[in-house]
Amino acid sequence: MTDFTPTEMMTIAASRELSNDDVCFVGIGAPSAACNIARLTHAPDITLIYESGTVGTKPDVLPLSIGDGELCDTALFTVSVPEMFRYWLQGGRITTGFLGGAQIDRFANLNTTVVGPYDHPKVRLPGGGGAPEIASNCGRIFITMALSKRGFVEKLPFITSMGHGEGGDHRERLGMKTQGPTRVITDLCILEPDPETKELTVVSIHHGVTREEIVENCGWAIKFADTVIETPVPTETELSVLRDINARTKRAHQGTDKEAA
Amino acid sequence: MARILSLAEAVAENVKDGDTVAMEGFTHLIPYAAGHEVIRQGRKDLFLVRMTPDILYDQLIGVGAARGMKFSWGGNPGVGSLHRFRDAVENQWPRPLEIEEHSHAAMANAYEAGAANLPFAMLRGYIGADLPKVNPNIKSITCPFTGEVLAAVPAIRPDVTIIHAQRADRKGNVLLEGIVGVQKEAVLAARRSIVTVEEIVDELNPPSPNSVVLPTWAVTAVVHVPGGAFPSYAHGYYPRSNAFYIAWDEIARDRETFNAWIKENVLDAKPEDFARHAAKSAKAA
Repeated sequence: MTDFTPTEMMTIAASRELSNDDVCFVGIGAPSAACNIARLTHAPDITLIYESGTVGTKPDVLPLSIGDGELCDTALFTVSVPEMFRYWLQGGRITTGFLGGAQIDRFANLNTTVVGPYDHPKVRLPGGGGAPEIASNCGRIFITMALSKRGFVEKLPFITSMGHGEGGDHRERLGMKTQGPTRVITDLCILEPDPETKELTVVSIHHGVTREEIVENCGWAIKFADTVIETPVPTETELSVLRDINARTKRAHQGTDKEAA
Repeated sequence: MARILSLAEAVAENVKDGDTVAMEGFTHLIPYAAGHEVIRQGRKDLFLVRMTPDILYDQLIGVGAARGMKFSWGGNPGVGSLHRFRDAVENQWPRPLEIEEHSHAAMANAYEAGAANLPFAMLRGYIGADLPKVNPNIKSITCPFTGEVLAAVPAIRPDVTIIHAQRADRKGNVLLEGIVGVQKEAVLAARRSIVTVEEIVDELNPPSPNSVVLPTWAVTAVVHVPGGAFPSYAHGYYPRSNAFYIAWDEIARDRETFNAWIKENVLDAKPEDFARHAAKSAKAA
């Protein structure tokens, strides 16, 4: 299939990173779509966990919020939020955290807190939620967000959750034993941290995308790995599963119930 | 023993100007009707605590009821910004808002510490993050056994916690089901508590010996407010109105439309108005 949008390519490429063996802490939005496409295609036995406490959930439509009833209805079990963060996340039971963000830097640190100074922000963003501890306590982290100059910046105004910090062995120096971000999946390409410096480097380019487009849409001088492959295009199955769940989700969320509380 | 009261009585007796107030419910069972009663009674200078401020705190902030807020994620889930919260932080409208910002893990631990009557909570958290630089209430503590340095935050001890639950019995014992969030911890951490419920029944009949039950002697007031969690939801009663959450984005974006909405749907409304959300869903089911 070559008839697909960059966002569809991003979601499908992100879904391919996951396997049946993953116990995955799912961020809302783009990560949630990717995780559920994985579950509905090649990883039917993947364990998806949302921070609302739902474990092993199998939603039929994508949740709008992290705690939609659909998540609880289809979960193997549901725990309290303190138990979720203490036993399951901090306890080291989660193999993979899947995050999005408003801004990212070359070492895969994320900002979802503020643009501008913290005390006098130009834009006040929602904040970190679960991300600071997801980023440090999951075995590894995948990040998915569209490549843009606004999003991929030279310097973050605020580090909400640490990726590779200042690069190199910064995580180890802070005592972290987890891998941190290992893949960043965008709508144009896939990035991986360089094994030594930990700087994000292009390793795979989506079909029809040029190196120039990637350079133009990144806020730092982005590097390409020695060997760069082309991301396989979405299969018909992947695309139809994604489009079906998006259509179901849209119908479910629009509803008819717009009256006031 | 909990007293079964009207919503107006429960709020008048238990929520005072200047109080630290936690209204909890992690997406599910958010106590909207009670929050609206707090607005109607004109409470002011509240210090609001909540992991995910959500639309309810957008409303309390927008009417100027809050002097400050302790939170860990302040957005409209899946939709975008809380515009009244942003207006308060970015433009000090309608008044400045002092913020104390944490991560979810820290807030959850801090509620649990409050429930456990401990002065602080510790966690392996905030590593490499900037929040400790801007929040003086995030400190560290060294493990006396291993030497590991851990994050420490003060316990949350609200003057009053307000939650919504599925049902209570006539003695005031309360049952919660589904995504139970931090409500049990938030009630046990507080000096006083108000629980609004969908139903008051003769027998609670918890579905499992491990059900989440708050006994009447751990709750201050129980109020029957069917539909009281709308536009969030009550598992087993009515679904989340994702359509309303989406619609709120437009309502709250502008000060005028927000004020008009508050007048029509809060100031000129009654707790009983929430019942239609529960009833309609029951009819559909």
